[in-house]
Amino acid sequence: MVSPSQAPSQTQQPAAGTPPAASPPATSPQGGVAGSGGSAFGAQAQQAGLNIVVLDPAHGGTDPGARGTGGIRESEIVLDLVIQVRRALELQGFQVVQTRQGNENPSFDDRSATANAQRGAVFVTLHISSTGLPGTARVYVNSDLPPVADSNGLIPWDRAQAPFLGLSRAFGDVVQGYLTQRFKGSPDAAQTASVRQLRTTAAPAIAVEISSVTVEDRADLDRMAPGVADAIARGAAAFKPSYVVPNTRGALP
Amino acid sequence: MTPRWKFWLIGGLLIAVLAAAIYFPILRRRVKRAAKLQQQSEEQARRELTQPIVINPGDPRVKTKLFWASDTIDSTLVPVTVELPLSNDPVLRSKQVLNTLLAGPVDAELRTLPPDALLLAFYLLPDGTAIADFSEALATSIPSGIVSEQLAVNSITRTLEANVPQVQRLKILIHGQEVETLPDIWIWRKHLSSTRSRLNRRRSPRQRNPAGTNRRRQRRIRRLLRLPDR
Repeated sequence: MVSPSQAPSQTQQPAAGTPPAASPPATSPQGGVAGSGGSAFGAQAQQAGLNIVVLDPAHGGTDPGARGTGGIRESEIVLDLVIQVRRALELQGFQVVQTRQGNENPSFDDRSATANAQRGAVFVTLHISSTGLPGTARVYVNSDLPPVADSNGLIPWDRAQAPFLGLSRAFGDVVQGYLTQRFKGSPDAAQTASVRQLRTTAAPAIAVEISSVTVEDRADLDRMAPGVADAIARGAAAFKPSYVVPNTRGALP
Repeated sequence: MTPRWKFWLIGGLLIAVLAAAIYFPILRRRVKRAAKLQQQSEEQARRELTQPIVINPGDPRVKTKLFWASDTIDSTLVPVTVELPLSNDPVLRSKQVLNTLLAGPVDAELRTLPPDALLLAFYLLPDGTAIADFSEALATSIPSGIVSEQLAVNSITRTLEANVPQVQRLKILIHGQEVETLPDIWIWRKHLSSTRSRLNRRRSPRQRNPAGTNRRRQRRIRRLLRLPDR
Protein backbone atom coordinates (compact mmCIF):
# COMPACT_ATOMS: atom_id res chain seq x y z
CA MET A 1 0.00 0.00 0.00
CA VAL A 2 1.14 3.53 -0.60
CA SER A 3 -0.12 6.84 0.63
CA PRO A 4 -0.27 9.30 -2.23
CA SER A 5 0.31 12.44 -0.27
CA GLN A 6 2.55 11.44 2.58
CA ALA A 7 6.15 10.70 1.86
CA PRO A 8 7.56 7.58 3.51
CA SER A 9 10.57 8.01 5.76
CA GLN A 10 12.91 6.66 3.09
CA THR A 11 13.55 9.46 0.66
CA GLN A 12 16.00 9.62 -2.17
CA GLN A 13 18.19 12.65 -2.15
CA PRO A 14 18.84 14.33 -5.46
CA ALA A 15 22.12 13.15 -6.87
CA ALA A 16 25.23 15.24 -6.60
CA GLY A 17 25.86 17.76 -9.30
CA THR A 18 22.61 19.65 -9.01
CA PRO A 19 23.37 23.35 -9.23
CA PRO A 20 22.11 24.97 -6.04
CA ALA A 21 20.57 27.85 -7.96
CA ALA A 22 18.54 25.47 -10.06
CA SER A 23 16.95 23.70 -7.11
CA PRO A 24 13.82 25.20 -5.63
CA PRO A 25 15.32 26.32 -2.32
CA ALA A 26 12.21 26.29 -0.18
CA THR A 27 10.90 22.88 -1.00
CA SER A 28 11.77 19.64 0.71
CA PRO A 29 11.32 16.26 -0.93
CA GLN A 30 9.31 15.14 2.11
CA GLY A 31 6.57 17.45 1.10
CA GLY A 32 5.11 20.79 1.78
CA VAL A 33 6.91 24.08 1.73
CA ALA A 34 9.61 24.40 4.31
CA GLY A 35 8.95 27.17 6.79
CA SER A 36 5.35 27.65 5.77
CA GLY A 37 4.09 26.20 9.01
CA GLY A 38 1.96 23.66 7.18
CA SER A 39 1.73 20.12 8.49
CA ALA A 40 0.96 17.02 6.53
CA PHE A 41 -1.24 15.91 9.43
CA GLY A 42 -3.03 19.19 9.84
CA ALA A 43 -6.58 19.75 8.74
CA GLN A 44 -5.57 22.81 6.76
CA ALA A 45 -4.98 21.79 3.18
CA GLN A 46 -1.68 23.15 2.00
CA GLN A 47 -0.87 23.09 -1.69
CA ALA A 48 2.41 21.90 -3.10
CA GLY A 49 3.41 22.01 -6.74
CA LEU A 50 5.53 20.00 -9.07
CA ASN A 51 9.18 20.43 -8.24
CA ILE A 52 10.83 17.02 -8.61
CA VAL A 53 11.22 14.87 -11.67
CA VAL A 54 12.14 11.23 -11.13
CA LEU A 55 14.02 9.87 -14.13
CA ASP A 56 14.11 6.14 -14.68
CA PRO A 57 16.63 4.78 -17.18
CA ALA A 58 15.04 1.41 -17.98
CA HIS A 59 16.78 -1.97 -17.64
CA GLY A 60 20.45 -2.12 -16.56
CA GLY A 61 22.70 -4.67 -14.88
CA THR A 62 22.10 -8.15 -16.25
CA ASP A 63 19.13 -6.88 -18.27
CA PRO A 64 20.44 -4.98 -21.31
CA GLY A 65 16.95 -4.33 -22.72
CA ALA A 66 16.63 -4.08 -26.49
CA ARG A 67 19.76 -4.94 -28.44
CA GLY A 68 20.59 -3.84 -31.95
CA THR A 69 22.63 -5.65 -34.53
CA GLY A 70 25.42 -3.11 -34.18
CA GLY A 71 25.88 -3.95 -30.49
CA ILE A 72 23.65 -1.10 -29.32
CA ARG A 73 22.25 -1.76 -25.84
CA GLU A 74 19.13 0.00 -24.61
CA SER A 75 20.34 0.04 -21.00
CA GLU A 76 23.48 1.99 -21.91
CA ILE A 77 21.83 4.50 -24.23
CA VAL A 78 19.09 5.43 -21.79
CA LEU A 79 21.69 6.05 -19.10
CA ASP A 80 23.48 8.50 -21.40
CA LEU A 81 20.15 10.03 -22.39
CA VAL A 82 19.23 10.61 -18.74
CA ILE A 83 22.26 12.86 -18.29
CA GLN A 84 20.99 15.20 -20.99
CA VAL A 85 17.40 15.09 -19.77
CA ARG A 86 18.60 15.83 -16.25
CA ARG A 87 20.56 18.86 -17.41
CA ALA A 88 17.59 20.23 -19.35
CA LEU A 89 15.26 19.74 -16.37
CA GLU A 90 17.65 21.43 -13.97
CA LEU A 91 17.81 24.41 -16.28
CA GLN A 92 14.02 24.61 -15.93
CA GLY A 93 14.44 24.68 -12.12
CA PHE A 94 13.47 21.11 -11.30
CA GLN A 95 15.16 18.80 -8.85
CA VAL A 96 16.01 15.50 -10.46
CA VAL A 97 16.14 12.09 -8.83
CA GLN A 98 17.37 9.05 -10.74
CA THR A 99 16.27 5.48 -10.08
CA ARG A 100 19.71 4.24 -11.08
CA GLN A 101 23.02 5.99 -11.51
CA GLY A 102 25.05 3.27 -13.16
CA ASN A 103 24.83 -0.19 -14.62
CA GLU A 104 22.55 -1.74 -12.02
CA ASN A 105 19.02 -3.03 -12.32
CA PRO A 106 16.74 -1.98 -9.47
CA SER A 107 13.48 -3.92 -9.27
CA PHE A 108 10.32 -2.37 -10.68
CA ASP A 109 9.09 -1.87 -7.13
CA ASP A 110 12.31 -0.14 -6.10
CA ARG A 111 12.01 2.23 -9.05
CA SER A 112 8.41 3.04 -8.13
CA ALA A 113 9.37 3.38 -4.47
CA THR A 114 11.91 6.05 -5.43
CA ALA A 115 9.12 8.06 -7.06
CA ASN A 116 6.54 7.32 -4.36
CA ALA A 117 8.92 8.63 -1.71
CA GLN A 118 8.82 12.11 -3.27
CA ARG A 119 6.15 14.77 -2.95
CA GLY A 120 5.16 16.87 -5.88
CA ALA A 121 7.04 14.67 -8.32
CA VAL A 122 6.46 13.32 -11.78
CA PHE A 123 7.97 10.08 -13.04
CA VAL A 124 9.53 9.62 -16.48
CA THR A 125 10.85 6.23 -17.56
CA LEU A 126 13.07 6.21 -20.65
CA HIS A 127 13.18 3.37 -23.17
CA ILE A 128 14.55 2.59 -26.60
CA SER A 129 12.43 0.22 -28.68
CA SER A 130 13.54 -2.52 -31.01
CA THR A 131 10.71 -1.82 -33.47
CA GLY A 132 8.93 1.20 -34.87
CA LEU A 133 9.92 3.92 -37.32
CA PRO A 134 13.51 5.00 -36.51
CA GLY A 135 13.80 8.64 -35.52
CA THR A 136 10.39 8.83 -33.84
CA ALA A 137 9.49 9.04 -30.16
CA ARG A 138 6.35 7.93 -28.36
CA VAL A 139 4.96 8.74 -24.97
CA TYR A 140 2.93 6.14 -23.09
CA VAL A 141 0.69 6.43 -20.10
CA ASN A 142 -0.59 3.40 -18.27
CA SER A 143 -3.74 1.68 -19.51
CA ASP A 144 -6.92 2.11 -17.52
CA LEU A 145 -6.74 0.44 -14.14
CA PRO A 146 -9.67 -0.76 -12.02
CA PRO A 147 -10.91 1.92 -9.62
CA VAL A 148 -9.10 2.30 -6.33
CA ALA A 149 -10.87 1.17 -3.17
CA ASP A 150 -10.24 4.18 -0.99
CA SER A 151 -11.60 3.53 2.46
CA ASN A 152 -8.55 4.48 4.52
CA GLY A 153 -6.68 6.82 2.22
CA LEU A 154 -4.25 4.16 1.07
CA ILE A 155 -3.89 2.96 -2.51
CA PRO A 156 -3.10 -0.69 -3.27
CA TRP A 157 0.52 -0.83 -4.41
CA ASP A 158 -0.26 -2.43 -7.76
CA ARG A 159 -2.97 0.14 -8.47
CA ALA A 160 -0.96 3.15 -7.32
CA GLN A 161 -1.17 4.80 -10.73
CA ALA A 162 -4.98 4.65 -10.91
CA PRO A 163 -5.78 8.05 -9.29
CA PHE A 164 -3.07 9.76 -11.36
CA LEU A 165 -4.08 8.51 -14.81
CA GLY A 166 -5.77 11.77 -15.80
CA LEU A 167 -2.73 13.81 -14.78
CA SER A 168 -0.39 11.32 -16.44
CA ARG A 169 -2.35 11.66 -19.67
CA ALA A 170 -2.19 15.47 -19.51
CA PHE A 171 1.55 15.37 -18.83
CA GLY A 172 2.08 12.75 -21.54
CA ASP A 173 0.14 14.73 -24.13
CA VAL A 174 2.27 17.82 -23.56
CA VAL A 175 5.56 15.94 -23.77
CA GLN A 176 4.33 14.07 -26.85
CA GLY A 177 3.36 17.39 -28.42
CA TYR A 178 6.91 18.73 -28.02
CA LEU A 179 8.42 15.45 -29.25
CA THR A 180 6.21 15.46 -32.34
CA GLN A 181 7.34 18.99 -33.18
CA ARG A 182 10.92 17.70 -33.15
CA PHE A 183 10.55 14.19 -34.53
CA LYS A 184 8.25 13.96 -37.53
CA GLY A 185 6.25 10.76 -37.76
CA SER A 186 5.71 10.58 -34.01
CA PRO A 187 2.08 10.37 -32.81
CA ASP A 188 0.11 13.51 -31.94
CA ALA A 189 -0.90 12.43 -28.44
CA ALA A 190 0.26 10.05 -25.75
CA GLN A 191 -0.67 6.39 -26.23
CA THR A 192 -1.85 3.98 -23.57
CA ALA A 193 0.04 0.80 -22.77
CA SER A 194 0.62 -1.43 -19.82
CA VAL A 195 4.04 -0.40 -18.57
CA ARG A 196 5.08 -2.14 -15.38
CA GLN A 197 7.10 0.78 -13.98
CA LEU A 198 4.10 3.10 -14.30
CA ARG A 199 1.51 0.84 -12.66
CA THR A 200 2.98 1.07 -9.15
CA THR A 201 3.87 4.75 -9.30
CA ALA A 202 1.75 7.13 -7.22
CA ALA A 203 2.49 10.24 -9.28
CA PRO A 204 1.88 11.50 -12.79
CA ALA A 205 3.98 9.02 -14.74
CA ILE A 206 4.92 8.57 -18.38
CA ALA A 207 7.15 6.32 -20.44
CA VAL A 208 9.10 7.84 -23.31
CA GLU A 209 10.23 5.33 -25.93
CA ILE A 210 12.54 6.23 -28.78
CA SER A 211 12.77 4.20 -31.98
CA SER A 212 14.98 2.27 -32.27
CA VAL A 213 18.03 0.11 -31.58
CA THR A 214 17.83 -1.11 -35.18
CA VAL A 215 19.66 1.99 -36.43
CA GLU A 216 23.02 1.10 -37.94
CA ASP A 217 24.94 3.81 -36.14
CA ARG A 218 24.50 4.68 -32.49
CA ALA A 219 25.11 8.32 -33.40
CA ASP A 220 21.60 8.39 -34.92
CA LEU A 221 20.16 7.83 -31.46
CA ASP A 222 22.64 10.18 -29.78
CA ARG A 223 21.52 12.96 -32.14
CA MET A 224 17.96 12.53 -30.85
CA ALA A 225 18.99 12.99 -27.21
CA PRO A 226 18.99 16.83 -27.04
CA GLY A 227 15.54 17.00 -28.66
CA VAL A 228 14.14 14.38 -26.29
CA ALA A 229 15.68 16.12 -23.29
CA ASP A 230 14.29 19.50 -24.34
CA ALA A 231 10.81 18.06 -24.97
CA ILE A 232 10.66 16.42 -21.54
CA ALA A 233 11.94 19.54 -19.77
CA ARG A 234 9.57 21.87 -21.60
CA GLY A 235 6.75 19.42 -21.11
CA ALA A 236 7.34 19.27 -17.36
CA ALA A 237 7.48 23.07 -17.20
CA ALA A 238 4.23 23.39 -19.17
CA PHE A 239 2.54 20.74 -17.02
CA LYS A 240 3.71 22.27 -13.73
CA PRO A 241 0.85 24.80 -13.28
CA SER A 242 -1.79 22.11 -13.72
CA TYR A 243 -0.35 19.81 -11.04
CA VAL A 244 -1.30 20.85 -7.55
CA VAL A 245 -0.70 18.32 -4.79
CA PRO A 246 -3.09 18.47 -1.86
CA ASN A 247 -1.17 18.37 1.37
CA THR A 248 -3.86 16.64 3.38
CA ARG A 249 -3.11 13.12 4.45
CA GLY A 250 -4.75 10.56 2.21
CA ALA A 251 -6.01 13.14 -0.26
CA LEU A 252 -5.86 12.18 -3.90
CA PRO A 253 -5.19 14.49 -6.83
CA MET B 1 46.39 -65.97 4.80
CA THR B 2 48.05 -68.58 2.58
CA PRO B 3 49.67 -67.66 -0.74
CA ARG B 4 46.86 -69.61 -2.49
CA TRP B 5 44.24 -67.27 -0.98
CA LYS B 6 46.30 -64.23 -1.98
CA PHE B 7 46.38 -65.52 -5.53
CA TRP B 8 42.56 -65.92 -5.66
CA LEU B 9 41.98 -62.52 -4.06
CA ILE B 10 44.25 -60.70 -6.47
CA GLY B 11 42.75 -62.63 -9.39
CA GLY B 12 39.23 -61.72 -8.26
CA LEU B 13 40.13 -58.04 -7.92
CA LEU B 14 41.67 -58.03 -11.38
CA ILE B 15 38.57 -59.60 -12.86
CA ALA B 16 36.39 -56.97 -11.07
CA VAL B 17 38.54 -54.10 -12.40
CA LEU B 18 38.38 -55.58 -15.90
CA ALA B 19 34.62 -56.01 -15.71
CA ALA B 20 34.24 -52.42 -14.46
CA ALA B 21 36.43 -51.13 -17.29
CA ILE B 22 34.17 -52.84 -19.80
CA TYR B 23 30.88 -52.06 -18.06
CA PHE B 24 31.37 -48.37 -17.19
CA PRO B 25 31.47 -47.05 -20.78
CA ILE B 26 28.36 -49.13 -21.55
CA LEU B 27 26.65 -47.75 -18.44
CA ARG B 28 27.61 -44.19 -19.40
CA ARG B 29 26.14 -44.68 -22.87
CA ARG B 30 22.93 -46.04 -21.36
CA VAL B 31 22.59 -43.10 -18.94
CA LYS B 32 23.10 -40.67 -21.80
CA ARG B 33 20.52 -42.49 -23.89
CA ALA B 34 18.05 -42.51 -21.00
CA ALA B 35 18.50 -38.78 -20.43
CA LYS B 36 17.93 -38.11 -24.11
CA LEU B 37 14.84 -40.30 -24.09
CA GLN B 38 13.48 -38.46 -21.04
CA GLN B 39 14.05 -35.14 -22.77
CA GLN B 40 12.25 -36.37 -25.84
CA SER B 41 9.38 -37.66 -23.72
CA GLU B 42 8.98 -34.28 -22.01
CA GLU B 43 8.97 -32.54 -25.36
CA GLN B 44 6.58 -35.12 -26.74
CA ALA B 45 4.28 -34.76 -23.73
CA ARG B 46 4.28 -30.99 -24.12
CA ARG B 47 3.51 -31.32 -27.80
CA GLU B 48 0.67 -33.70 -27.01
CA LEU B 49 -0.70 -31.28 -24.46
CA THR B 50 -0.46 -28.33 -26.78
CA GLN B 51 -1.35 -29.97 -30.05
CA PRO B 52 -3.54 -27.72 -32.17
CA ILE B 53 -7.20 -27.98 -31.43
CA VAL B 54 -8.77 -30.16 -34.08
CA ILE B 55 -11.21 -28.06 -36.03
CA ASN B 56 -14.40 -29.99 -36.45
CA PRO B 57 -15.62 -29.51 -40.04
CA GLY B 58 -19.15 -30.00 -38.74
CA ASP B 59 -18.93 -26.77 -36.74
CA PRO B 60 -20.61 -23.77 -38.33
CA ARG B 61 -18.22 -21.64 -40.39
CA VAL B 62 -18.18 -18.14 -39.01
CA LYS B 63 -16.40 -14.96 -39.97
CA THR B 64 -13.55 -14.67 -37.50
CA LYS B 65 -11.69 -11.43 -36.84
CA LEU B 66 -8.01 -11.92 -36.15
CA PHE B 67 -5.88 -8.94 -35.18
CA TRP B 68 -2.43 -8.76 -36.74
CA ALA B 69 -0.04 -5.88 -37.37
CA SER B 70 -0.97 -3.37 -40.03
CA ASP B 71 1.26 -3.22 -43.09
CA THR B 72 0.39 0.42 -43.75
CA ILE B 73 0.28 2.16 -40.36
CA ASP B 74 3.28 1.58 -38.12
CA SER B 75 2.67 -0.12 -34.75
CA THR B 76 -1.07 -0.61 -35.13
CA LEU B 77 -3.33 -3.63 -35.39
CA VAL B 78 -5.84 -4.36 -38.13
CA PRO B 79 -8.58 -6.98 -38.13
CA VAL B 80 -8.32 -9.65 -40.80
CA THR B 81 -11.54 -11.56 -41.40
CA VAL B 82 -11.27 -15.26 -42.17
CA GLU B 83 -13.94 -17.97 -42.24
CA LEU B 84 -13.29 -20.72 -39.72
CA PRO B 85 -15.37 -23.59 -38.40
CA LEU B 86 -15.64 -22.56 -34.75
CA SER B 87 -17.12 -24.45 -31.85
CA ASN B 88 -19.98 -22.97 -29.86
CA ASP B 89 -18.22 -23.94 -26.64
CA PRO B 90 -16.45 -20.75 -25.48
CA VAL B 91 -13.33 -22.54 -24.19
CA LEU B 92 -12.86 -24.60 -27.34
CA ARG B 93 -13.68 -21.56 -29.48
CA SER B 94 -11.09 -19.46 -27.60
CA LYS B 95 -8.45 -22.14 -28.11
CA GLN B 96 -9.30 -22.34 -31.81
CA VAL B 97 -9.02 -18.59 -32.42
CA LEU B 98 -5.87 -18.24 -30.30
CA ASN B 99 -4.16 -21.12 -32.07
CA THR B 100 -5.07 -19.57 -35.43
CA LEU B 101 -3.67 -16.26 -34.19
CA LEU B 102 -0.47 -17.99 -33.06
CA ALA B 103 -0.15 -19.71 -36.44
CA GLY B 104 0.24 -16.21 -37.83
CA PRO B 105 -0.81 -14.39 -41.00
CA VAL B 106 0.32 -15.24 -44.52
CA ASP B 107 2.84 -12.39 -44.38
CA ALA B 108 5.16 -13.39 -41.53
CA GLU B 109 6.24 -9.76 -41.06
CA LEU B 110 2.77 -8.92 -39.79
CA ARG B 111 2.97 -11.43 -36.95
CA THR B 112 2.32 -10.07 -33.49
CA LEU B 113 3.22 -13.24 -31.60
CA PRO B 114 6.45 -15.24 -31.75
CA PRO B 115 6.25 -18.27 -34.07
CA ASP B 116 7.49 -20.61 -31.33
CA ALA B 117 4.91 -19.50 -28.75
CA LEU B 118 2.30 -22.10 -27.75
CA LEU B 119 -1.01 -21.95 -25.95
CA LEU B 120 -0.60 -24.44 -23.11
CA ALA B 121 -3.99 -24.13 -21.44
CA PHE B 122 -7.10 -22.01 -21.44
CA TYR B 123 -9.72 -21.75 -18.72
CA LEU B 124 -12.90 -19.71 -18.46
CA LEU B 125 -14.30 -18.87 -15.05
CA PRO B 126 -18.04 -18.37 -14.51
CA ASP B 127 -17.60 -14.58 -14.08
CA GLY B 128 -16.19 -14.24 -17.61
CA THR B 129 -12.56 -14.17 -16.56
CA ALA B 130 -10.39 -16.17 -18.93
CA ILE B 131 -6.96 -17.49 -18.06
CA ALA B 132 -4.64 -18.17 -20.97
CA ASP B 133 -1.41 -19.99 -20.22
CA PHE B 134 1.28 -19.60 -22.87
CA SER B 135 4.75 -21.09 -23.28
CA GLU B 136 7.80 -19.10 -22.29
CA ALA B 137 8.42 -17.93 -25.85
CA LEU B 138 5.60 -15.44 -25.50
CA ALA B 139 7.59 -13.62 -22.83
CA THR B 140 11.08 -14.11 -24.21
CA SER B 141 10.77 -14.00 -28.01
CA ILE B 142 8.78 -10.79 -28.41
CA PRO B 143 11.09 -7.96 -29.57
CA SER B 144 11.95 -5.76 -26.61
CA GLY B 145 9.96 -2.55 -26.37
CA ILE B 146 6.66 -1.16 -25.19
CA VAL B 147 5.24 -1.05 -28.73
CA SER B 148 5.89 -4.68 -29.61
CA GLU B 149 4.81 -6.01 -26.21
CA GLN B 150 1.62 -3.99 -26.37
CA LEU B 151 0.88 -5.15 -29.92
CA ALA B 152 1.31 -8.78 -28.87
CA VAL B 153 -1.01 -8.55 -25.88
CA ASN B 154 -3.54 -6.37 -27.71
CA SER B 155 -3.73 -8.82 -30.60
CA ILE B 156 -4.67 -11.57 -28.13
CA THR B 157 -7.21 -9.53 -26.19
CA ARG B 158 -8.85 -7.94 -29.23
CA THR B 159 -9.10 -11.27 -31.06
CA LEU B 160 -10.80 -12.87 -28.05
CA GLU B 161 -13.01 -9.84 -27.57
CA ALA B 162 -14.16 -9.97 -31.19
CA ASN B 163 -14.89 -13.69 -31.34
CA VAL B 164 -15.78 -15.00 -27.88
CA PRO B 165 -18.45 -12.82 -26.29
CA GLN B 166 -18.44 -14.87 -23.07
CA VAL B 167 -14.89 -13.73 -22.28
CA GLN B 168 -14.93 -10.42 -20.46
CA ARG B 169 -11.50 -10.32 -18.87
CA LEU B 170 -8.22 -12.04 -19.53
CA LYS B 171 -5.30 -13.00 -17.38
CA ILE B 172 -2.18 -14.12 -19.20
CA LEU B 173 0.16 -16.61 -17.58
CA ILE B 174 3.49 -17.92 -18.78
CA HIS B 175 3.97 -21.59 -17.90
CA GLY B 176 1.37 -21.22 -15.19
CA GLN B 177 3.15 -18.30 -13.56
CA GLU B 178 2.25 -14.64 -13.35
CA VAL B 179 4.65 -12.39 -15.20
CA GLU B 180 5.56 -9.12 -13.59
CA THR B 181 5.64 -7.17 -16.83
CA LEU B 182 2.14 -8.28 -17.78
CA PRO B 183 -0.73 -6.56 -16.04
CA ASP B 184 -2.76 -8.33 -13.42
CA ILE B 185 -5.72 -8.68 -15.64
CA TRP B 186 -6.91 -7.28 -18.93
CA ILE B 187 -10.36 -5.80 -18.97
CA TRP B 188 -12.11 -5.35 -22.24
CA ARG B 189 -12.91 -1.90 -23.52
CA LYS B 190 -16.56 -2.82 -23.78
CA HIS B 191 -16.56 -3.73 -20.10
CA LEU B 192 -14.98 -0.41 -19.24
CA SER B 193 -17.22 1.51 -21.61
CA SER B 194 -20.31 -0.03 -20.03
CA THR B 195 -19.05 1.21 -16.66
CA ARG B 196 -18.31 4.58 -18.18
CA SER B 197 -21.69 4.82 -19.86
CA ARG B 198 -23.33 4.44 -16.46
CA LEU B 199 -21.19 7.28 -15.19
CA ASN B 200 -21.81 9.36 -18.32
CA ARG B 201 -25.58 9.27 -17.92
CA ARG B 202 -25.22 12.10 -15.46
CA ARG B 203 -23.08 14.15 -17.80
CA SER B 204 -24.13 16.50 -20.54
CA PRO B 205 -24.36 15.28 -24.17
CA ARG B 206 -21.38 17.47 -25.01
CA GLN B 207 -19.30 15.63 -22.41
CA ARG B 208 -20.36 12.28 -23.85
CA ASN B 209 -19.34 13.22 -27.37
CA PRO B 210 -15.98 11.47 -28.00
CA ALA B 211 -15.18 13.56 -31.07
CA GLY B 212 -15.65 16.65 -28.92
CA THR B 213 -13.44 15.13 -26.25
CA ASN B 214 -10.69 14.53 -28.80
CA ARG B 215 -11.01 18.09 -30.11
CA ARG B 216 -10.81 19.44 -26.56
CA ARG B 217 -7.78 17.24 -25.91
CA GLN B 218 -6.08 18.53 -29.05
CA ARG B 219 -6.96 22.15 -28.11
CA ARG B 220 -5.55 21.63 -24.62
CA ILE B 221 -2.30 20.26 -26.05
CA ARG B 222 -2.03 23.18 -28.50
CA ARG B 223 -2.74 25.67 -25.72
CA LEU B 224 -0.06 24.12 -23.50
CA LEU B 225 2.38 24.13 -26.40
CA ARG B 226 1.37 27.75 -27.09
CA LEU B 227 0.40 26.95 -30.68
CA PRO B 228 -2.38 28.88 -32.48
CA ASP B 229 -5.80 27.17 -32.55
CA ARG B 230 -6.64 25.52 -35.87
